[in-house]
Amino acid sequence: MKKSSRLIAGLVGLAGLTFAAAAGAQEKPTSGGTLNMIAQPEPPTLMVGLNTQGPTLYVGGQIYQGLLSYGKDLSLQPSLAKAWEVSEDGLTYTFTLQEGVKWHDGKPFTVDDVIFTADKFLREAHPRWRYIVNTYVESITSPSPDKVVFKLKRPFSAFLYAFELSSFPVVPKHIYDGTDYRTNPANNTPIGTGPFKLKEWKRGSYIHLVKNEDYWKPGLPRIDELYFRIIPDAASRAVAFEKGTVDVLRGGDVEGFEVRRLSKLDGVQTTTDGWEMYSPLAFIEWNLRRPPFNNKLARKAIMHAIDRDFIVRNIWFGLGKTAVSPFASTTRFFTDDVVKYPFDMAKAKELLAQSGIKPQEHTIRVMPIPYGAQWDRTAEYVKQQLEQLGFKAELVSIDAGGWSKAVSDWDFDLTFNYTYQYGDPALGVARHYLSSNIIKGTPFANNEGYENPVVDELFLKAASAVDEAEAKAAYAEAQKIITDDMPLGLLFEQRNVTIWRDKVKELVRTGIGVNESMDETWIAQ
Amino acid sequence: MKTLEFLIQRLVKAVIVVLGVVILNFLLIQLAPGDPASVLAGEAGAGDEQFIAQLRAQFGLDQPVYVQLWSYLQNILSGDLGYSYRNQVPVAQLIMERLPATLLLTGSAFIFSLILGVVLGVLAAYKRGSFGDSLIMTGALIFYATPLFWVALMAVLVFSIHLDLLPPFDMETIGANYTGWARVVDIAHHLVLPTVTLGLFFTAVYTRLTRASMLEVMNLDFVKTARAKGVPKGRIIRRHVLRNAILPVFTFASVQAGQLVGGAVLTETVFAWPGIGRLMFDALMQRDYPVLLGVFLVTAIVVVLVNLVTDLLYRFVDPRIETAR
Repeated sequence: MKKSSRLIAGLVGLAGLTFAAAAGAQEKPTSGGTLNMIAQPEPPTLMVGLNTQGPTLYVGGQIYQGLLSYGKDLSLQPSLAKAWEVSEDGLTYTFTLQEGVKWHDGKPFTVDDVIFTADKFLREAHPRWRYIVNTYVESITSPSPDKVVFKLKRPFSAFLYAFELSSFPVVPKHIYDGTDYRTNPANNTPIGTGPFKLKEWKRGSYIHLVKNEDYWKPGLPRIDELYFRIIPDAASRAVAFEKGTVDVLRGGDVEGFEVRRLSKLDGVQTTTDGWEMYSPLAFIEWNLRRPPFNNKLARKAIMHAIDRDFIVRNIWFGLGKTAVSPFASTTRFFTDDVVKYPFDMAKAKELLAQSGIKPQEHTIRVMPIPYGAQWDRTAEYVKQQLEQLGFKAELVSIDAGGWSKAVSDWDFDLTFNYTYQYGDPALGVARHYLSSNIIKGTPFANNEGYENPVVDELFLKAASAVDEAEAKAAYAEAQKIITDDMPLGLLFEQRNVTIWRDKVKELVRTGIGVNESMDETWIAQ
Repeated sequence: MKTLEFLIQRLVKAVIVVLGVVILNFLLIQLAPGDPASVLAGEAGAGDEQFIAQLRAQFGLDQPVYVQLWSYLQNILSGDLGYSYRNQVPVAQLIMERLPATLLLTGSAFIFSLILGVVLGVLAAYKRGSFGDSLIMTGALIFYATPLFWVALMAVLVFSIHLDLLPPFDMETIGANYTGWARVVDIAHHLVLPTVTLGLFFTAVYTRLTRASMLEVMNLDFVKTARAKGVPKGRIIRRHVLRNAILPVFTFASVQAGQLVGGAVLTETVFAWPGIGRLMFDALMQRDYPVLLGVFLVTAIVVVLVNLVTDLLYRFVDPRIETAR
């Protein structure tokens, strides 16, 4: 229990050294060139503080930056903060800011921007940050021009994981202070601190970013221009990569079967790295307010009746890993010591018999999440397995708006959903299980209606633990109980594949992957 | 004078029709499950009650429907199409950005299919029963029956991927910064595949219509008379038959012209054409009501105007028709 071990500071020099060593071992980076990518679907805005959709982060991540970033092992990395320090009681967090950072309009980046972002902008506009700041933060102050101090009301072990781009994009005070953030016309001409600036956004066609000549890291960025193309048809996106029109495919840009085919092309590289911070985990969301899902044994029976390895292998083309726990295996606090559900129809039927549920009396409406064909196939498979158990089941097709509404209003029997983990269970996972989060109006809360005071207590205890071992023990216990209760039918951890042409170097460098500022990315000439 | 009276009468009707369309669309949209706030919250990957309430208040969705409708109508009548919920840009601006691309595509497809369809139809009728006739009619039948998106995908596969002759998508080479004629040539190059894809169906329709109508007229007495007088065959076809046979084609062309704005959603999607059809489709999926209503309004206006122009043109195409029907 050495609490001083929680003192982490001055990592910037170290990070610089590792980079130099890695680059020296390989080729020497060259500057210049144009990188072509795809923004799918077209983002509504590039203002990351107002929208955290995938493509918004992808493009906006080149314009805006977080206070911190995170490595592939989820280690903390400097971004707009070059160092950070945590007091021994876990209540005071001090960040030291980078020097000489300028906004794209030439104004200097100061500690006031960070305070404005934390205390005003994100508190009003960002649901996840609002929860953190209102629940835990007592004050945000600046003892000196290069330091910002967050004082907490009570310890929050996940606090340092809340400063990544999608949770804490730093926004310019001089543009937003005193305005209505959502309708500020500046949202269309984003001003950030990132390595690239918005040159032109031709809606429906492309987003064009150019090098920020005054970027705060000397000699960077290496690439001159970025194009994010809007190509609405999935087959056309595959063609675009095949023909060399685009150099990079982000996870989800093309269908699963295309991933396999395109990965085998000559001069093409792939990785599943760069999603560690998010680690999406897919699950069946069943409505615990309705029979048969209010019966724990029936839920367990259904879990045994679903061959999740089959789903990963055949429906998701192997791009995933069967889920063990509600925590992704790539994140901290994951444990393997949980209740498991191997595919076993005999056991499933036995459990169902014990549960007292008569399956033929229940018609289950299976509603796929409308995010593509693979989800539809998954829903069809689950429907088939429910029928194998004797339930009646029907598929309900719905579009994104209808789905969001139905789940938000708890008007569903069984649907599918997934969660981003955001590096710490308190940020990405707990929201689906805490009974305090049974709220209508969003599809990403505890929509299934799970209430377990023991789990609530354990999440609370882990989140406010000052000591990592204490958090670990509480989380281990929580994972065991959750996998026994199965309030959500855990399916699999999604593995997104980034595909790129050989000439693109240093593309996926951190745990937020292609959303990371592409300042060190370069193109072999 | 009669024409002027007709015109005024029709314009008044047109305004009423367009207003009716606006009101009907507005009410129909309310029936779709889910509102823009819930879609935006869903996309954001997070959202609490406060977030959604903020959005609803910002969009005015917390007002009763009749209040929303009334303020929308007031805005429309004062020429304001509103603000896109999602893009935070005036709807009129979004539509004006996209409209030229769509008009270029649908206009080219219109001209392409009309000319090619009539020429093929005349050829088929002229050489009735020959191999050429069978060939043309088989082709017409195939393209009449084949779904558009399949034709589009196959065209991309053959002409872009295998032969590498034509660009598979986009309206121009992105990043090339062509100007002047180089840009015109570049856009024309990109225009070929989508135009042909979009135009093939109507080409088939015109071919079949022209041929059938030509054959019918060719059997009429005045054609026999002309032939007996010794008028050359080519002249008979051009002056006597085609002129009289063109009316059904004209009617159908007016139908196609009515689709100039809203009829290219699929083609625009496959070829990543930055047009208004995709704007409409995206707006529908995202429940971006002001954009959707704006596109509907523009589409309705174009349909009404095209109908008006068609009715006026009938007089010139066939002077036997009275305008004041």
